[in-house]
Amino acid sequence: MSRTPLDTVEHAAATPDVELPWAELGLKKDEYERVVEILGRRPTGAELAMYSVMWSEHCSYKSSKVHLRQFGEKAPESDALLVGIGENAGVVDVGQGYAVTFKVESHNHPSYVEPYQGAATGVGGIVRDIIAMGARPVAVVDPLRFGAADHPDTKRVLPGVVAGIGGYGNCLGLPNIGGEVVFDACYQGNPLVNAGAIGVMRHEDIHLAKASGAGNQVILYGARTGGDGIGGASILASETFDDAKPSKRPAVQVGDPFQEKLLIECTLEAFREKLVVGIQDLGAAGLSCATSELASNGSGGMRVTLDDVPLRDSTLSPEEILMSESQERMCAVVEPGKVDRFLEICAKWDVIATVIGEVTDGDRLEIFWHGGKIVDVDPRTVAHDGPVYERPYARPDWQDVLQADDAGKLPRPATGEELKDQVLRLVGSPNQASKKWITSQYDHFVQGNTVLAQPEDSGMIRIDEESGLGVAIATDGNGRYAKLDPYTGAQLALAEAYRNVATTGARPLAVSDCLNFGSPEDSAVMWQFAEAVRGLADGCRQLGTPVTGGNVSLYNQTGEAAIHPTPVVAVLGVIDDVARRTPVAFQEEGQLLYLLGDTREEFGGSAWSQVVHDHLGGMPPKVDLERERLLAEILISASRDGMIDSAHDLSDGGLVQAVVESALLGGKGARLVVPDGLDAFTFLLSESAGRAVVAVPRSEEVRFNDMCGARGLPATRIGVVDGDAVEVQGEFTLSLAELRETHEQTIPSLLA
Amino acid sequence: MARVVVDVMLKPEILDPQGQAVQRALPRLGFDGISDVRQGKRFELEVEGPVDEAALARIHDLAESFLANTVIEDFTVKVEEVAEAAK
Repeated sequence: MSRTPLDTVEHAAATPDVELPWAELGLKKDEYERVVEILGRRPTGAELAMYSVMWSEHCSYKSSKVHLRQFGEKAPESDALLVGIGENAGVVDVGQGYAVTFKVESHNHPSYVEPYQGAATGVGGIVRDIIAMGARPVAVVDPLRFGAADHPDTKRVLPGVVAGIGGYGNCLGLPNIGGEVVFDACYQGNPLVNAGAIGVMRHEDIHLAKASGAGNQVILYGARTGGDGIGGASILASETFDDAKPSKRPAVQVGDPFQEKLLIECTLEAFREKLVVGIQDLGAAGLSCATSELASNGSGGMRVTLDDVPLRDSTLSPEEILMSESQERMCAVVEPGKVDRFLEICAKWDVIATVIGEVTDGDRLEIFWHGGKIVDVDPRTVAHDGPVYERPYARPDWQDVLQADDAGKLPRPATGEELKDQVLRLVGSPNQASKKWITSQYDHFVQGNTVLAQPEDSGMIRIDEESGLGVAIATDGNGRYAKLDPYTGAQLALAEAYRNVATTGARPLAVSDCLNFGSPEDSAVMWQFAEAVRGLADGCRQLGTPVTGGNVSLYNQTGEAAIHPTPVVAVLGVIDDVARRTPVAFQEEGQLLYLLGDTREEFGGSAWSQVVHDHLGGMPPKVDLERERLLAEILISASRDGMIDSAHDLSDGGLVQAVVESALLGGKGARLVVPDGLDAFTFLLSESAGRAVVAVPRSEEVRFNDMCGARGLPATRIGVVDGDAVEVQGEFTLSLAELRETHEQTIPSLLA
Repeated sequence: MARVVVDVMLKPEILDPQGQAVQRALPRLGFDGISDVRQGKRFELEVEGPVDEAALARIHDLAESFLANTVIEDFTVKVEEVAEAAK
């Protein structure tokens, strides 16, 4: 069999009629025609590889872009924002000269295929985003969604994902301080593995991804390039060349956390010595993404010799090299005079580093292979001028039916005994049960700066040992609420994460999000997406917390069945002195329990409706962001002035869930009295937003009450920390031992 | 009595961080001339009764579903006679 000639630019120009497998690579006909129009000829195989991967939904945000613009347009004025959307990760000023960068991303599909490696490389990818900003990673968080807890496939996926997150994060020496685990049958076949990371740096150390200055050298460093994660490129390669290949299957990406640790240290040392002009991590779309983004963010010109890329598999074709998603690689742009020092540092850390090209004064990205020019494009057309779709969206017909199916009509417990029984079922249900079995597989305390970790309301890390300055992060997202009303659901996710940060005593500053939805080609899903983005953007403006970046994951669906719309929102906050933090656990007997906020009859999408009635319908709880802001101010002031000793936000499962968690964590019970104007059921199980329960030392009661009164926040005394049971007067008593047994056995018995 | 050996190796295109670590250590320790190392797992199964086709099929099943993660690993099954008076 004769080998087809190298598909160079000249060859492509001379053979306009060659058919390329653009459809197999995921391009639509009009998209391919647009590529031909941009280039004025047919693309080479390598160019087609680049365009197809960079114009994919994942890289180009082609369906979501038109909606995501709202995050910029509606962004609130914020002095805290140093770097906004569009960079590898947003950067926030937290005072004392420190800046914090954080971001949440999805690694959903790879984690379904190979749970351990999928989740591990998810952590690796988000950590490299943080390093690329010049920050030292200090913590990770992991919001997770799985199918039904008792489904056999959950037993395959969950332990692998948890082990992968733990294995990679623990090896890197990064504490895992938060996240969530939620089970719902809608995630069967489409588990959500979102990963977030936080990094810390000094203001002057912020680095942006760009390549400017002709003559500057492009250095690829980190792992060798192999066939990892190549999907369509293999098709392309096999159609273009007839070489026998070991495997045409897309190879699962395997993470190497030690290599990543070396990358962190090596990159930060190069930054410290000011050797780096621009930098980019290699994630999805690998070198295609790194070269085109670096070039287009700089002056535009770059020349790359692909033969110089260190390979793990010498049979890779140039298309595959360009599309490979091998992990633990980064690309830096370095001035010629500093290249030697940069390579020296890499050698010291045992990191392979190779000059693969240079910045040119033109505006073309040119890539060479075996002496032939196989790519000659305007990098902006690859990186930024991808297709943008105004996908049709329409409120689905079933939305009205769903919302009319009011959860308030569900039969409620008639007696104290029945209420007790339902409360027990609730706290022992997979979603409300203790996640200790999962989170204890992660190292929370490595590095010695962890102040709070799961199951606290937010994770908290000290960033300055002298002053005690710290940051807190919480991630939340309730797909059930969002399904009932995506606009409100997104705001509830934001409100909950915001409230969680404030509950621990930190001041919320900024937001990152990971928007997990079904197929954008379904107008109902697109409507959910549009509504959720609108809700989130409006909410962020009102709360004064800008969205700094994030990620969109679409096509989370199997056949016709999409997942619940699941906007996961991460809120970052700052606390001046971590010694002032507020924990969840009850601290001392005799302290008074106060319920802050208003409790209404709100059961739509509630944990109770799911656990007791397997029901999803009605409207989610109302959102009042002004109230959230006021509640946050009170919680932060009370924490700073020592007026409260513990606090817990109220969300799914309502008051009783919060009190049980605080009691179990503190090993101290509570006596509760149903306040006037509420029935016991609503008091315990409603999921009205904007609420928290706090424990106030008796000596602080007057001061605390005065503060709430003066600021107009309803504060109702509901009981006292006492004994070794949770007692609701006139209704029921549940011993801590029984509650603990129920709350902590569920997950191990299902998964261990 | 017979022994069945199941060898599990990462597929060739999958990154093998352990093998790489070994390969990189070799020249440091003065062992030159090794260009690549891949590390795998070997399982030795002592089988009760005859190792007939049915037994091998069973072992193939258990290797496929339990010993190997076939998303990223390949495996081979081979029979090894155990010398009764070994050593």
